[in-house]
Amino acid sequence: MELLSGADMLIRSLQDEGIEYIYGYPGGAALHIYDALFRQDKVKHILVRHEQAAVHMADGYARATGKPGTVLVTSGPGATNTITGIATAFMDSIPMVVLCGQVASTLIGEDAFQETDMMGVSRPVVKHNLSVRHPEEIPEIIRKAYYIAATGRPGPVVVDIPKDMTTPNERYEYAYPKKVKLRSYNPAIRGHAGQIKKAVDMLLAAKRPIIYAGGGVILGKASDQLTELVRMIGYPITNTIMGIGCYPASDKQHLGWLGMHGTYEANMAMHHSDLILCVGARFDDRVTNATEKFCPGARIIHIDIDPASISKTVDADVPIVGPVDAVLKEMLSLVKEAKEKPDADAIASWWKQIDEWRAFHGMRYETSPDVIKPQEVIEMLCRLTNGEAFVTSDVGQHQMFAAQYYKFDKPNRWINSGGLGTMGFGFPAAMGVKLTHPDDEVLCITGEGSIQMNIQELSTCKQYNLPVKIINLNNQALGMVKQWQDMNYESRHAESYMESLPDFIKLAEAYGHKGVRIEKKEDLETKLKEVLAMKDDLVFVDILVDRFEHVYPMQVARGSMKDMWLSKTERV
Amino acid sequence: MRRIISVLLENEPGALSRVVGLFSQRNYNIETLTVAPTEDETLSRLTVTTTGSDKVIEQITKQLNKLIEVVKLVDLTEGAHIERELMLVKLKATGSQRAEIKRTVDIFRGQIVDVTSSVYTVQLAGDSEKLDGFIQAVGTSGVLEVVRSGVSGIARGEKVLSL
Repeated sequence: MELLSGADMLIRSLQDEGIEYIYGYPGGAALHIYDALFRQDKVKHILVRHEQAAVHMADGYARATGKPGTVLVTSGPGATNTITGIATAFMDSIPMVVLCGQVASTLIGEDAFQETDMMGVSRPVVKHNLSVRHPEEIPEIIRKAYYIAATGRPGPVVVDIPKDMTTPNERYEYAYPKKVKLRSYNPAIRGHAGQIKKAVDMLLAAKRPIIYAGGGVILGKASDQLTELVRMIGYPITNTIMGIGCYPASDKQHLGWLGMHGTYEANMAMHHSDLILCVGARFDDRVTNATEKFCPGARIIHIDIDPASISKTVDADVPIVGPVDAVLKEMLSLVKEAKEKPDADAIASWWKQIDEWRAFHGMRYETSPDVIKPQEVIEMLCRLTNGEAFVTSDVGQHQMFAAQYYKFDKPNRWINSGGLGTMGFGFPAAMGVKLTHPDDEVLCITGEGSIQMNIQELSTCKQYNLPVKIINLNNQALGMVKQWQDMNYESRHAESYMESLPDFIKLAEAYGHKGVRIEKKEDLETKLKEVLAMKDDLVFVDILVDRFEHVYPMQVARGSMKDMWLSKTERV
Repeated sequence: MRRIISVLLENEPGALSRVVGLFSQRNYNIETLTVAPTEDETLSRLTVTTTGSDKVIEQITKQLNKLIEVVKLVDLTEGAHIERELMLVKLKATGSQRAEIKRTVDIFRGQIVDVTSSVYTVQLAGDSEKLDGFIQAVGTSGVLEVVRSGVSGIARGEKVLSL
C-alpha cells in the first residue's frame, strides 16, 4: 500500500473522487495542501481574488453541471469569507464541499493567529461539517463529505483540516473507500407506493389542477419525467424561480413562474385551483404570500426528498417523501395504466379560464421611444442567443427582469441566488459556468449595485481567460430597494442611490478586458450583437436603463396569491 | 403542549452543539436537556423537553432527524412513558425546622444525603411536578440552593429506543 502525507492523501482523494476543478485562495494553515496541489496536475486550482467568489464559482459550476463544487481556503479570515457563499448554497440546496485549513490541533482554543471556530461558525448554514482529528481519516472524511453533499437533499459540507493533519513528512497508508456507510443517514430512494397511488387518483379526479414545480426537479434531474407527465396529462404547470427551466418556458402549458413577481396567470391559476401537485418546491414565503390566505380551495400533494420541507409552512394533504425522478416515474406509469381519464370538460373549461387570464395580462411593460427599458434588453438578449445561453444573475430588479423575460427551455441554465438573495453571486457563478462550458454563451445579468460586490474577480477572469459577458442594467440606484421605498415609504430613497459610480468601461479596461456602453435605444441591438460576436473577450456591457422602472406583477404584501399590482397604478 | 423527545445521538464531539444550535436557530424552545453516553459507547442518549403546537413539534422531530448525527428519536409523550428528574436541594435546617423538613422529605420519598448543624441536603427523584411540589411544601424561604438534572424518560412496556 502507498504511503502518503495527509496533504497528499487529501489531493489524491479529490482525484479519486473525480474532482476536476477547485476554487480557492492559499494561506498559512493550507500551505501543506497547496504544496501537494502543486506537485500534481489532475486537479486544477483556480485562484480567485476573494474567498466568497470561490464559493460562488463552485456553486455556479454545481448548478450548471449537477455535480458538487469544491472550494479550498485557509483558516480564519479565509474560512469566514466563505460563509456568505456557503449560506447561499445551503438555502438553494447546492452540493458543495468546502475544505478549510485550520490552525494546528495543538493550538486550537488558544486564540492562535488566524484561528476561527469554523465548525461552530458554519454549523447553521451547512448540511454537515466534519473535522479531521487524525491524518489517516482523511480519505474517509473526503468520501463522506461528497456523499453527504450530493445525496438526499443536497447541500454544502465543510471539512475543517488542522495544519498538523497535513504535515509533509508524516506518511500513512492510503486507500480511497469505494463506499461510505452512515447508520444515521439514509435518504429515501423511492416514494411510498400507497401515497403515490392516492396522489394519482386525486390528480385524475381534479377539475382545476395545477402543477407547481421547484428547484428540486432540477437538483433531482427529473425535468424529463416532469415534462412527460405534464404533457401526457395536459394540465397547466407553473414553477418557482428556482425551478426555471425544469419545464420548457415556450410550451403552451407553461404559465410562467409564480409568486411575488410571478405572472398574473400563474398566481391566478394557483389561487383558484382545486388541486396542487407540488414537485420539489417548498412553499417559500416569496411564493405563498400570506399562508392563511393561500389557495383556499386547493388540496395539496407534496413530493419532496426532505420530509422537513413537507407541511412546514403549508399543510400537505398527501405527503410523498422520495426522490422526485423516481416518484414521477411511478406516477407516470400509474397515469398510463389508469382506467379513469381526466375530466375533459372540466379541464377544457379550466384552460379557457386560464387563457382569459393570460389574455387579460400576460407579461407586458410599457416601452418608451427614447429610454431603454431593462425588460427589452433581456428580451433582446434572449432572442439574440436563441434562449440557449447560461444566464446567471445577481439580486434585485435585474434578477426579476431576467427571470421574467429570458425564456428558458432547458434546466441548469438559469442560475441565481433564490433563497438567500446574495448580491455579488452572479459574476463568480458565471465564471464557474464558463470554465466548464467554454463554448456556451454565459451571460451575467447584473446591476451596478450587485456587480460591485465581487468586481475584483475581473482579475481572475483575465488570469484564466473566462470571456463571460457582464450585462449591467445600470439604473444608477439599488432598484429593488428603491421600488419598495416608492411603494411603502412615500419615495423616501434612504441610501438606495449610488452617487459616485465608477466608469465601468475604464474599470474593465484596467483589468485587461473590453467595455461597451449603451446609452441610446437605437444602438441597443447593434451593440449587443457586436458584444456577442466578441467570443474571446470578457465584455463589460454598461447599459443605461430607465431609472424609474418597477418590477410587475408584484403581490400585495400579506395578501393572497391573487392580490397583485400589475403596474404602478393597476391593482387586482 | 409539553413534549419529551428522546434522541439517540452519535457520541462525537460537536454532535450536542448541533442539536442545541438547531433549537436556537429555528426558534424552538428548550425547557430541559439531559445527555449522557449509553451502554453502547458510540451512542449518547439525549432527552429534551420542549413546548409547541403540533406543527412545531412535527418540525422539531423532522429537523432533528435531518441532523446527520441523530441516529433515532422518539416523542415519548406520544405514548405511555415514565419520566424522572433528579433534584438536590440545600435547605436551611435549624431548631424545630429539622424535624419538619425530615417529615416532608419522607412524605416525598426523598433522602437527606448530607447534614450539617444548620443545613440538610436533600435528594429527590420524580417527575417535574413532584419536584416542584416539594419546593412548594418546604417553602422557598428555606431553600439555599437547588440543582435539577432535567428530565429523562423512557417508554412503558415493550417499546425500546435502540438501534
